[in-house]
Amino acid sequence: MIRDQDRFRQFSRRALLLAGGKLALFSTLAARMYYLQVIESERYRTLAEDNRINLRLLAPPRGRILDRNSLEIAANQRNYRLIIITERAPNIETTLDRLSQLIELGEHDRRRVLRDVRRQRGFVPVTVRENLEWEEVARVEINTPDLPGVHIEVGQTRFYPYGHAAAHLIGYVGVVSAKEQTGDPLLDLPSFRIGKNGVEKIHDLRLRGRAGRSEVEVNALGRVIRELSRREGQPGDEVRLSIDMDVQAMAHKRLGEESGAVVVMDVHTGEVLALASTPGFDPNAFNKGISRDYWQELMKNERAPLTNKAIAGQYAPGSTFKLAVSLAALESGLVSPDHTTFCIGHLQLGNVRFHCWKKGGHGRLNMEGAIQHSCDIFFYDIARRIGVDRIAEMAKRLGLGQVLGLDLPGEKPGVIPNRDWKRAVLNQPWHPGETLIAGIGQGFVLSTPLQLATMAARIANGGYAITPRLTRVEPQEDQAVIAEGEEAAPANAFAELKIAPEHLDVLRRGMFAVSNDPRGTAFRARIREKGWEIAGKTGTSQVRRITLAERETGVRKNEDLPWKERDHALFVAYAPAHAPKYAIAVIVEHGGGGSAVAAPIARDVMLETLKRDPASGGRRLVREARAGTTESRGD
Amino acid sequence: MLSGFYKQPEMTIGQKLAEMNWGLVALLTLISSIGFVMLYSAGNGSFHPWALRQMLRFAMGISILIALALVDIRFWLRYAYVIYGVALFLLVVVEIAGDIGMGAQRWINLGIINLQPSEVMKIALIIVLARYFHSLPEEAEGKLRYLLWPALLALAPAALVMRQPDLGTALMLLMVTGAIFFMAGVRLWKFAVAIGGVLAAIPVAWHFLRDYQKNRILTFLDPESDPLGAGYHILQSKIALGSGGVFGKGFLQGSQAHLNFLPEKQTDFIFTMLAEEFGLTGGLALLGLYGLVLVYGFSIAIRAQSHFGRLLALGMTATFFLYVFINIAMVMGLVPVVGVPLPLISYGGTSMLTLLIGFGILIGVNVHRDMVIGRSPRMDGP
Repeated sequence: MIRDQDRFRQFSRRALLLAGGKLALFSTLAARMYYLQVIESERYRTLAEDNRINLRLLAPPRGRILDRNSLEIAANQRNYRLIIITERAPNIETTLDRLSQLIELGEHDRRRVLRDVRRQRGFVPVTVRENLEWEEVARVEINTPDLPGVHIEVGQTRFYPYGHAAAHLIGYVGVVSAKEQTGDPLLDLPSFRIGKNGVEKIHDLRLRGRAGRSEVEVNALGRVIRELSRREGQPGDEVRLSIDMDVQAMAHKRLGEESGAVVVMDVHTGEVLALASTPGFDPNAFNKGISRDYWQELMKNERAPLTNKAIAGQYAPGSTFKLAVSLAALESGLVSPDHTTFCIGHLQLGNVRFHCWKKGGHGRLNMEGAIQHSCDIFFYDIARRIGVDRIAEMAKRLGLGQVLGLDLPGEKPGVIPNRDWKRAVLNQPWHPGETLIAGIGQGFVLSTPLQLATMAARIANGGYAITPRLTRVEPQEDQAVIAEGEEAAPANAFAELKIAPEHLDVLRRGMFAVSNDPRGTAFRARIREKGWEIAGKTGTSQVRRITLAERETGVRKNEDLPWKERDHALFVAYAPAHAPKYAIAVIVEHGGGGSAVAAPIARDVMLETLKRDPASGGRRLVREARAGTTESRGD
Repeated sequence: MLSGFYKQPEMTIGQKLAEMNWGLVALLTLISSIGFVMLYSAGNGSFHPWALRQMLRFAMGISILIALALVDIRFWLRYAYVIYGVALFLLVVVEIAGDIGMGAQRWINLGIINLQPSEVMKIALIIVLARYFHSLPEEAEGKLRYLLWPALLALAPAALVMRQPDLGTALMLLMVTGAIFFMAGVRLWKFAVAIGGVLAAIPVAWHFLRDYQKNRILTFLDPESDPLGAGYHILQSKIALGSGGVFGKGFLQGSQAHLNFLPEKQTDFIFTMLAEEFGLTGGLALLGLYGLVLVYGFSIAIRAQSHFGRLLALGMTATFFLYVFINIAMVMGLVPVVGVPLPLISYGGTSMLTLLIGFGILIGVNVHRDMVIGRSPRMDGP
């Protein structure tokens, strides 16, 4: 029994020790709890919120692009997307079978859907097809009870109602590439499209808008439980262009199958009304990612459908360049307006013979006549008299040989050669013969249709250095300018080129004769409507060398040549001849003669432009105000 | 047979019921009710799928508790080796033919319930060790060779459980054994030697651990090393606890638990959920209630007249303590993740049953506290 009592005492002692140990361990737990829940609580609270809340970006609707009359050139179209939520579709195969009876569903789509279904978690929607037709949507909606897990989602895709007609101008949107990532999370959205070319690219930031955000509560698998807050995005700004889509579409249609470009411009404001380039392409094809076949087709086409020829096509201006040469000669003071030459069909310089396009020669011509007939000998002569540097200087004043800063990517500067240029670029001295070649717009000279239209506009508006622009000079803006009176007007005015009006008159009379004198090179492409007469200059630029042997046996006709060797047809003009409003430049690549091919297109497009001219409001007032300043300057 | 070694007159059922610790029963019911509330929350505000079933199990368990509390503790003394033998046999059976569950062989499917022999062993080992030390002749006390047999009694099931593999339960068996050895009066220097031996054996033991067990230990040592992999559970658990703050996010408002960031929220990590929704306040309150249960356990152990009763009561209390400590320490990242449930609160029939059986025996010790039992049952015969 004593032993038992010892045992009991020892037991009690040890029980106390054990209890103490347990108390210590419980205290450890309590201390740890205090550490986590009080001292470190803030940190864990943040982590818990990070776990719980996902920030989702809402893509803003892209801004529309409108023409001057508010026609939509680029809009957003509802995109009906068919999706399946796997966890709500007990049997995917059966559902797809039923769907294929309702809508077109290729074997390829089917395999992709089944693959996605296997990869994704059950609540992640899998896209079955995009861009459903309305009838297809209706068929699916009616059969929803038999299609568990199938839903129609409405998204937005970019849509270009005019398709090919404005493709180069507007550009297109496409999936954001790795290079275009700027760290803006909006660009990471799979549905986000970025402007890849044309206006879409230049004004991308404006058109994009600001993303909305939605805070959603998600569970550990990423499933959305509920939306906590939502801030709608700001839709992209609308961009209103100076383009008149009807003129643009007409120009595109008029060029037809040809490879070429048309530029129509307001001679007073520089607003571009049409900027057409053919062949076009389908900008809508780029939205979802272009198909390989279509891309290959575009790349292989020798007529370069992806190039905007109006701003990036560089051509020898041919005889249209004679306008710049004439003005350079008159302004130099070395050639008087009454200067004449006698054309016998060729001109000898040293031991080289330079030919006129007319084999028998034109006889005696003054400058007006030389422009009207486009006599090469006259321009050889005056070019030789003034030298290439003066020609180059005037060409640049008229807008050639430089990037004019139209709001489009890919504008090319062209080439206006002078002696320095040749030494710098080719490291060769300038030959006098090259001055003669430059005098008729051949040789090194290259210009874009946009530059040629600008040149015509600057001649037509009385020597104001207008620059082309694609955005509209807003009518209300104009009205305000007029309302404020005379002082405000110069804000809109362009710098004067300081060309003597009487010299410009020589050119204008010559250009009028080109189109309106029965012996003019473009008489057949004149505008007959009274008061709307056109004044222009034809050009035919040679793309191959005519050999001496060929000249003797007779120059081959264009139709007999392969397409690539045919001449480019050009025409620059303005109208109405007596109160210039619009300038136009047309080029048809390898089209043949300027008078036969380019001039009729220019005539038709110009006529359309004049018909659509709103003879109303502030725009006319501005014109009159400008005309007034021109006249007062002339006094 | 039983009446053969009764010294005291038999107590009536009524007397026994009156002697039961109803306060402890109420306390256990209260803790279990907290469990129901948490399981209701874990079911996203629904009695399904967990809370209702847990309530039914508790009702069943509490009946068994009352029934076992009435059983004379000499019954456990007499059949200690039989009970231990059956438990050991069942462990061997699962080893041979056990179903695969959770990547480990732990269950015997009896059709109605899944029997977990390791749980049976937790009780059986306490009973058999209590009997051994109770019956140890006086002259044997303090002699090393008399510790070999009880050590073997503990190591055999621990090794089998380890093979399942269930590291947590194996360690619990060994720790309870340690507690009983300690209470039985084994000299402290022997513990020191044993602990030294265990530390020396760690590098050897490391080779016998399964990969996932090694991972768990490594993850415990550096949970942030692999936040999406093995460290995920413990990291999310700490986030849930910490974000609960002092007063918690409110009932049914625990974002970590309800959005499934918290793993196993209805079983092993239910304490985390409680601490997320009710904060430090709720966590400490529960810890307090558990502490109160331990106080009951110790007072029963101290008041028991028989050495067997004391060791039995203390063994049960120690087991309960280990459950509580390991589970809470685990969810707070203090010990590696081992699958030990939070007693009376975690969803699961087997552990609830084991615990209530243990408490039944504990209360039984209190009911029969004044019983004087001789060292050898056979020597007490008339």
